[in-house]
Amino acid sequence: MSKNIPSRRAFLKGAAATGAGLAASSAAAATPDPLITEVQPWASGLGDGVDATPYGLPIEFEDDVIRRNVEWLTADTISSINFTPIHALDGTITPQGCAFERHHSGAIELSKPDYRLMINGLVDRPLVFSYADLERFPRENHVYFCECAANTGMEWAGAQLNGAQFTHGMIHNMEYTGVPLRTILQEAGLDAAGDLKDKWVYVEGADASSNGRSIPMEKALDDVLVAFKANGEALRKEHGYPVRLVVPGWEGNMWVKWLRRVEVMDGPVESREETSKYTDTLEDGTSRKWTWAMDAKSVVTSPSPQAPITHGKGPLVITGLAWSGRGAITRVDVSRDGGKSWETARLAKPGEKMALTRFYLDTEWDGEEMFLQSRAMDETGYVQPTKTQLREVRGLNSIYHNNCIQTWWVRANGEAENVEVS
Amino acid sequence: MLKFLKVTTALALLATPALAGNFGLGRAALPEEIAAWDLDVSPDGTGLPAGSGDVLTGEEVFADKCAVCHGDFAEGVDNWPKLAGGWDTLADDDPLKTVGSYWPYLSTTWDYVNRSMPFGDAQSLEPDEVYAIVAYILYSNDLVDEDFVLSDETFGDFEMPNADGFIVDDRMETEFTQWVGEPCMQDCKDEVKVTMRAMVLDVTPEEEGAAEVTEAAVKEPAAEEVTAIDPALIEAGEKVFKKCKSCHQLGEGAKNRAGPILTGIVGSPAGQVDGFKYSKALTAMAEDGLVWDEAALTAFLAKPKAFMKGTKMSFAGLRKEEDLIAITAYLQSFNE
Repeated sequence: MSKNIPSRRAFLKGAAATGAGLAASSAAAATPDPLITEVQPWASGLGDGVDATPYGLPIEFEDDVIRRNVEWLTADTISSINFTPIHALDGTITPQGCAFERHHSGAIELSKPDYRLMINGLVDRPLVFSYADLERFPRENHVYFCECAANTGMEWAGAQLNGAQFTHGMIHNMEYTGVPLRTILQEAGLDAAGDLKDKWVYVEGADASSNGRSIPMEKALDDVLVAFKANGEALRKEHGYPVRLVVPGWEGNMWVKWLRRVEVMDGPVESREETSKYTDTLEDGTSRKWTWAMDAKSVVTSPSPQAPITHGKGPLVITGLAWSGRGAITRVDVSRDGGKSWETARLAKPGEKMALTRFYLDTEWDGEEMFLQSRAMDETGYVQPTKTQLREVRGLNSIYHNNCIQTWWVRANGEAENVEVS
Repeated sequence: MLKFLKVTTALALLATPALAGNFGLGRAALPEEIAAWDLDVSPDGTGLPAGSGDVLTGEEVFADKCAVCHGDFAEGVDNWPKLAGGWDTLADDDPLKTVGSYWPYLSTTWDYVNRSMPFGDAQSLEPDEVYAIVAYILYSNDLVDEDFVLSDETFGDFEMPNADGFIVDDRMETEFTQWVGEPCMQDCKDEVKVTMRAMVLDVTPEEEGAAEVTEAAVKEPAAEEVTAIDPALIEAGEKVFKKCKSCHQLGEGAKNRAGPILTGIVGSPAGQVDGFKYSKALTAMAEDGLVWDEAALTAFLAKPKAFMKGTKMSFAGLRKEEDLIAITAYLQSFNE
């Protein structure tokens, strides 16, 4: 069993799937295509009726577009993480059904009737809300990415996992419907908190881990959402049904699922998740804490190890995703020679704050090997760094916040591999 | 302090308290309800209930409720967190971050144990048990003596070794100043060489469709005639099993430790114990139909690493043939 099984298998599967397409697109077909000349069953018989699947799932041919887990990362699957199949998706919205999951005590089942949200601490009136109460506040819609601070974290010491899903798949991007946390805090009243500048909120979930995090009041009053819908429908169980916190641009661990309590406090709790975890150790052994914002980052999703080129030379669409926790993406450059030269990619739409941006480079492939890279820039003027630049500042043991430029080595046969280059 | 955030209008917005509470939604939280949920403990000890616990009591509670994952000495089992050790490793290539070597505040340990542990049975501990467990974790980190007692009153006196090991996010000063501006577009470097390849490591999961994932080639074990086993042989096997006991449990109430439960293992297909994470090597052989019949078991126990290259079992092997026969008999006696 060798290392290259995943890409080999994906390569063969891809080749088989597009074989007919290849023939059809050739300048001249040698023999008439039976898919055209012969009446196919689907063109003659009948398909499913309208109620065959009251809530639909993707068609069986797409059954490889699924979340995947890297077993050796964690002790079990209850306190663990899996990865979004970003190599197989396009556009920017992540379907809930394949959006990565991260649990600390497993995904619990909490019904709307059993749901309670408590606001306490330095507030004028400690309050309890039901789920129905939340739906009576004015609500907003926003698209935001949620990225785990550990996304790409396995790559600090070197190229390790062979696929964009595994190197960059701890991310999803959804349209949330919810109530600003500001509105709910105001309902409880903040006069009791006095000067808000040095105040914090502590947020926790209803699951056994509680996963509590401290958030400075300034952020809590800015853009944090108490969300109950994603992509138009209820949150999935694995994403915190019925209510989760959305903390735009900040690390996913703070997006507390099954949100049950918000406490206004004088200072941070310094909980397990903000001291022993989600702190970034530097080369000299000191560690950064409160590294909340996710810096600008991008990755080519296709071609990539799980999405090899199967059509030979000629027209090629190079595509990927870019995002920044500090604002909108303004530009993405792509290199085919490992960073010697760069060309600016086309953004599918202008970048939006703290949301995924899709980029395309519509090009011709000469069939030669490529060292594919992408480099994002955001509205602050920040340019996504190389891994070497990151290591010079942080060393190899940060675990979190690895936003380095990724390299895919695309070979002449179209297969791609995760590599590091000089 | 909050210089990392852009100056926001949010605070200004709140300067108009007339806005507050104008929907009349929700109801007052009762004191009992707040007491039930507001359990967090801050670094200065705010939130701690009255109580105390000593190291020796903690050792017992820990052995009973924590050691299955964290090890008897808080050294960690398999991939579960190590809670002790790692002193002076934070600047090493592979730092070991434990309560003793890394955690800056004792309150964090108390709070986490109290609210989130034991894994799968959270919020079941009494305050005195939590004090005792935390005292034992400090002891296992060599930070206190065995007569140490932790209580809400002594809590504030304790400073963690790595309390000063943290700085507030300084990326704006150390990184943003370097990584802004118009980037290079042409002739940015002379040469590009591959310095590391993911293919060299073998750590990427195999990619399969959802339908394929659940497929497993499980062979039905051949029905064997049950014959009475020599009690003396079983007794001899029980002695041999002492070598296995630190990692494997058997019979009633057995739990997976560093190794899987072995109840009923003789004649069973390999890799079938619920909740145990097998090595890749074992999983592969299981998929190829490995059954732990007497021949396979004795071959494995004689030379584990030769029989199964890549096994997680660190045991060197049993040299004597009589030991192999005895232990197989002993294991078989748990098949009923």
